[in-house]
Amino acid sequence: MHRLELIGISKQYPGVRANDGIHLKVAPGQIHAILGENGAGKSTLMKIIYGAVRQDAGQVAWNGREVQVFSPAQARGLGISMVYQHFSLFETLTAAENIWLGLDQSRSLAEVREQTREVSAAYGLHVDPARPVHTLSVGERQRVEIVRALLTKPQLLILDEPTSVLTPQAVESLFVTLRQLSAEGCSILYISHKLHEIRSLCDHCTVLRGGRVVGEVDPRQESNASLSRLMIGADAPVLTPRVGLAGAPVLQVAELNLPQQDPFGVTLEGVSLAVRAGEIVGVAGVSGNGQQELLAALSGEDTRAAPGSIQLFDKDIARASPAKRRSAGLHFVPEERLGRGAVPSLSLAMNTLLTRTEPVSRSGWIRSGQARQLAAKLIDSFRVKAPGPDAPARTLSGGNLQKFIVGREIDAAPKLLIIAQPTWGVDVGAAAQIRGELLRLRNEGCAVLVFSEELDELFELCDRMHVIAQGRLSPAVSIAQATREKIGQWMSGLWPKAAIAEPADAQA
Amino acid sequence: MLKLEPRAQTSLVLAVAAPLLALALTVLIGVALFSALGKDPAQALRLFFVEPLKDGRALSELSIKAVPLGLIALGLAVCFRANIWNIGAEGQFVLGALGASWVAMQAGPATSGWFVVLVLLGGVAGGMLWAGVVALLRDRFNTNEILVSLMLVYVAGLLLNYLVYGPWKDPDGYNFPQTMLFAAATRLPRLVQGLRVNAGVVIALLAVVGFAVFQFRTYRGYALTVGGIAPAAARYAGFSSRSALWTALLLSGGMAGLAGAVEVAGPLGQLTPYVPVGYGFAAIIVAFVGRLHPVGIVFSAVLMSMFYIGGELAQSRLGLPKALTSVFQGLLLFTLLACDHGLQYRMRWVAAEKARAAA
Repeated sequence: MHRLELIGISKQYPGVRANDGIHLKVAPGQIHAILGENGAGKSTLMKIIYGAVRQDAGQVAWNGREVQVFSPAQARGLGISMVYQHFSLFETLTAAENIWLGLDQSRSLAEVREQTREVSAAYGLHVDPARPVHTLSVGERQRVEIVRALLTKPQLLILDEPTSVLTPQAVESLFVTLRQLSAEGCSILYISHKLHEIRSLCDHCTVLRGGRVVGEVDPRQESNASLSRLMIGADAPVLTPRVGLAGAPVLQVAELNLPQQDPFGVTLEGVSLAVRAGEIVGVAGVSGNGQQELLAALSGEDTRAAPGSIQLFDKDIARASPAKRRSAGLHFVPEERLGRGAVPSLSLAMNTLLTRTEPVSRSGWIRSGQARQLAAKLIDSFRVKAPGPDAPARTLSGGNLQKFIVGREIDAAPKLLIIAQPTWGVDVGAAAQIRGELLRLRNEGCAVLVFSEELDELFELCDRMHVIAQGRLSPAVSIAQATREKIGQWMSGLWPKAAIAEPADAQA
Repeated sequence: MLKLEPRAQTSLVLAVAAPLLALALTVLIGVALFSALGKDPAQALRLFFVEPLKDGRALSELSIKAVPLGLIALGLAVCFRANIWNIGAEGQFVLGALGASWVAMQAGPATSGWFVVLVLLGGVAGGMLWAGVVALLRDRFNTNEILVSLMLVYVAGLLLNYLVYGPWKDPDGYNFPQTMLFAAATRLPRLVQGLRVNAGVVIALLAVVGFAVFQFRTYRGYALTVGGIAPAAARYAGFSSRSALWTALLLSGGMAGLAGAVEVAGPLGQLTPYVPVGYGFAAIIVAFVGRLHPVGIVFSAVLMSMFYIGGELAQSRLGLPKALTSVFQGLLLFTLLACDHGLQYRMRWVAAEKARAAA
């Protein structure tokens, strides 16, 4: 008997068929991977199992009996638990209070606190029930979510991209916990697009593409290349190799200190880095370690930096406005596309005006014809799938909007391009195109600074790498000397010469 | 249980349909209201929707009220689009009237007819001054502009009373609380002999064109719009939020002040304690019913003016209370918000599913 069986699940959203006749069988104690690109329909499928979304067609069988799951509460009653990619925790409450809030209200807070301790000890998930969530690292927060899921004694645990915020060492310790759960008979649905993780953890893998099942394999028998081919439907594109050497320094940051702006922000301490012409420098790190704060200081959205601490071509820009920095050749692509990189309700033509002032006359008139031409040119040369320059930004898919925004900044012929999460939530084809553009830009002599949580991406792109942890920046390491293990260790703040670094995630 | 789900997309047709649907609902509720009060609804509706458009004189009276409403709403629309909530246009209107009156009192019998331009500028300056207080407090001390602008309305009212009961009182006015009648040179020229309609109409139409151009054709207007709908994008682009605050407030204050000046230099011709009649508040509704769009505001200002005149007619001919005007204004805004919501979201009845889930 299967723990869970899906028979012909389909779900139609306006304009997209998210799931199309999906069959899936999960055995008791199985660690079952769901592999697929962004937009392949993984999340929709999991939400259907968890009762957060209703399918249009198809059946769900639970322990051999057909069930209809109408709500997450009902799913938890059946023994299905889910840990979402984006945590749902209240920052100001303690870990135990958060766990208590997520459970059905039959137990007292004291009981929950006690059970939290027991479960943490049994599975090596160190969680202090009394600590407020805002003092916890991202890895610790995830452990709170997992403990909350385990307190419902699940027979099926769904994990949605659980490692996207973890250091490699924290990933290893998570896997130990998951294997222990599996040995006790709990089935695990593990959603990911990271091939090596699936190969080391899972004993079965269902591959989704475009809402359909395109393969069922034993991942331990597969290679990264064969899995990737299944997932994308083609071989991954090859990137152009590097040419030329790095030139003169373009961006220099020296001993940048910046106190946090809100209670849950990060204080930057003694950040120093340099980017030279014709090189790509990467900044790795788990999100929430000061990336947003550092990016804001570099882009000019935050102008509190001490004079002299940020220099562009030997000129002080620490207090300059974003527009001034842009005219000096610094262009920036932010992580959030809708609402920051682009205004959702405005047309692509109007969105060019956010960072491009060519269509604006000296006296402040907008030449709308010129703005439309510019947008049309970007759509054309960066292969953006859009109806035209008048299409509102929000009607584009994530990948296409990202191509448009990256194109808008690259087309401005920047001397320094700062880009955050260049391929986050972007399909593989668009991701390869964006990475290719970045390499081309570097080969043409532009300085590029990339912030990313995807180590694979940084290893693929960068010439040198820094790691950011708890608001401090590691020294640079050349890509030849960087290894996943070393960078992973640094992501916990443990790099040479670091005086006192708290090993938040490494030892869990 | 009712559940609201966002619709995939709302078409332009629906966006225009919302105000029309709201107007229809307002009329329907109005019919019910008149019937309940024992009045003939057909006759009452005629007072609101036919009489104000009947002839030249009626249209002239319509313009007298539509012009200040439209002028104020144009400025407010810029504010609201930039997410700055100036709800004290009534106070800025009063200060505009005060500023215009002070200038007007400097004129003598021999002053040139162009002097009225100075009177209008005096009004703009007065309104800007009052809105500038709001901007300054918000900029320097991060005060809430909604509260400050609203409370300044009452300060403006007291200031007006102090002046007309005190230093500005007409010595030959038999102790009535009013200023002297202003010289002819300070009055807006009338457009048609024998009717009250004046050059304010021309000013308002020019302002409509000006604001449309500002909003859709200038970089500054673009920056204000972006700051209102996507503040993070505005910070990313480097549009200053301080400059947006000052621009929006000074512009809307200036327009409210201009409306006050048009009132003083137009139909009134002197300052009395009865200058503020709620145009500043009604203009908030005008701005929203006009979809914060300069052309839309033309229509909604005329509509709101019809409500004012209809209310007066209902009072004199049917003996209905004058509060009816406010009831209609409120109904219109309320139904508009409901229609907007109804068009953006789809309502779904989910009780049946819940019941099945429990089974």
